[in-house]
Amino acid sequence: MSTRARKATGITLFWRILWARAYPRIVGAWREKDWLFFETVVPLGTTAGFVFVYRAAGAPPEFAGFAVLGGAMTAFWLNVLWAMGSQLYWDKDGGNLELYVLSPGPLMAILVGMAVGGIFMASVRAVTVIVVASLLFNISYQVSSLPLLILVFLVTMAALYGLGMIFASVFLASGREAWHLANLLQEPIYLVSGFYFPVSALGFWVATFASVIPLTLGMDAIRQIIFSTQSNIGFLPVETELILLCFLAVILLALAWYSLRKLEEIGRRDGRLIERRR
Amino acid sequence: MTANYAIETYDLKRIYKIRGPKRKDDPAERVALGGVSLQVARGGLFGLLGPNGAGKTTLIKILSTLLLPSSGRALVDGLDVTKDVTEIRRRISMVSGGETSGFGLLTVEENLWMFARFYGLENADAKRRIDEMLEVVGIADRRRTKIADLSTGLRQKMNFIRGFISDPDIIFLDEPTLGLDVTAARDVREFVKRWLRQNPDRTILLTTHYMAEADELCDRLAIIDSGKLLVEDTPAGLKKRVQDEAMFVLKVAPLGKPVEGDRIEDVPGVQRLAVTDHDAHVELTMALTGEDALPGVLAHLSRRGAGLVSLEKREPTLEDVFIQLVGRRLTEAAGVEA
Ligand SMILES: Nc1ncnc2c1ncn2[C@@H]1O[C@H](COP(=O)(O)OP(=O)(O)O)[C@@H](O)[C@H]1O
Ligand SMILES: [Mg+2]
Repeated sequence: MSTRARKATGITLFWRILWARAYPRIVGAWREKDWLFFETVVPLGTTAGFVFVYRAAGAPPEFAGFAVLGGAMTAFWLNVLWAMGSQLYWDKDGGNLELYVLSPGPLMAILVGMAVGGIFMASVRAVTVIVVASLLFNISYQVSSLPLLILVFLVTMAALYGLGMIFASVFLASGREAWHLANLLQEPIYLVSGFYFPVSALGFWVATFASVIPLTLGMDAIRQIIFSTQSNIGFLPVETELILLCFLAVILLALAWYSLRKLEEIGRRDGRLIERRR
Repeated sequence: MTANYAIETYDLKRIYKIRGPKRKDDPAERVALGGVSLQVARGGLFGLLGPNGAGKTTLIKILSTLLLPSSGRALVDGLDVTKDVTEIRRRISMVSGGETSGFGLLTVEENLWMFARFYGLENADAKRRIDEMLEVVGIADRRRTKIADLSTGLRQKMNFIRGFISDPDIIFLDEPTLGLDVTAARDVREFVKRWLRQNPDRTILLTTHYMAEADELCDRLAIIDSGKLLVEDTPAGLKKRVQDEAMFVLKVAPLGKPVEGDRIEDVPGVQRLAVTDHDAHVELTMALTGEDALPGVLAHLSRRGAGLVSLEKREPTLEDVFIQLVGRRLTEAAGVEA
């Protein structure tokens, strides 16, 4: 070990940390495949339930497609709530959080890495659900613009995982209580954000409030793009929703960055939060 | 810029607020460090020896920027731990005993790669360093083992590599052999010694409550108790302080009851005494002013009906230094009335 290690700084360091932290999630997704099974079977079951109900009730045929999309998107919501929200808590428990803080890069790089890994994990599930359910229920899509679809998806993910990073800090700081809250939130959000039907059905005000959860506007925009033959299903025009999602992403990511800074500050001041409890 | 010292602290204090004291009269604060001033020269291994709760971990946390001091100053490589946080973090690392860091699903080399990247190492450099260190530590055959399947000893060896992989200038080792079996602990100590031989300009600050470990590894060493530094010297220098006394270890069974006003400590020439209760016998470690005080001790023991199992004169150890300074043994064995 005669030569000294060259250590990157700035953006390069951020980039390396990001992928290093995403790695265990991406690799883990393949090494623990039974997870994949459960997390696709459950949303598939729920989706099937909605499809049957819609068809039995004689709802317009595109509603089956709405339910399939919602079933797929649950993967992201569950991932944000559990894999993002509780991850710092587990990382603290295992002693990793202390090592994140100890390393020279920003905590934000670690969190973005977790998010990228999480998006990958959840995407595998979401795609599985979409493919299987579309074949099963014979859903057809009319995509108006693929670039727009990708853009909306990415901005939605940025905003959603920004929220996830905030959850991660809040869960860590407040412990068990936040977990109960998350547990309580899981199902109502499916309803309020319009996972299985267009959110506009809930009326303007509910839809507006529900838009705090980025998936509400994200899913609404995606539905309008991939079922472009249907008109008047959207809450707001796609372009408006995209702009709002951009704002949401910036605000949530800024809040995430701020809460991580606070977390480290409180941890260093009080001698708790960061360190593993023995 | 190179600072004169690897580590400097000036009247460093740390007070913890106790959240929700259990009873009304419980203290609301705990003084973990009560004004520590310390200078550690660059290069070599500096030891911090002290019992549980002495403040060792607290000091290491402050120096490694994980905890703020309540008052006083601390510099690492000449940088202030409250201000130059990122710059310090680039130069240091830390390994603790009983650490469970990493991801169980990842293999040994994957975990090490991840931590190397947290320090911004290039891929090729990280891989080369991991290969080298796995070889040195002797766990190259486990490189593809998921760490969830490793024994405690192997896992701690991996943690060691993790701590050294980022090529730090200063490393903090907090009771690194805690919970390891004799062989694993020895391997870890050998690794530390070897690394310092190869990198004589680097500094290690090691905490331990094992006397023998401190004696074996440290170039210099400080004894800490209840948040205060009591003394700082080389191990040999410390032992010299008790050299002019005669150290005896007596095993007796039974010890017998002391007679009021006639305790061992009252025997002329007995400087200090530590009593350890073993299953089959009681061990008396005593410092006498000289060998001529021994007959008085033996007479005392026979008065109280103690049976002598063995008697041994020995060289002073760090334990004796500790007892002299603190008035009790470092490893608090069950006290027996003497
Ligand atoms: N986070 C904390 N909150 C309150 N008290 C603490 C905290 N951490 C340590 N202490 C107390 O501070 C003292 C020193 O602890 P520590 O630095 O861990 O000692 P050591 O590492 O030498 O065993 C102990 O009395 C311990 O109980
Ligand atoms: Mg400790």
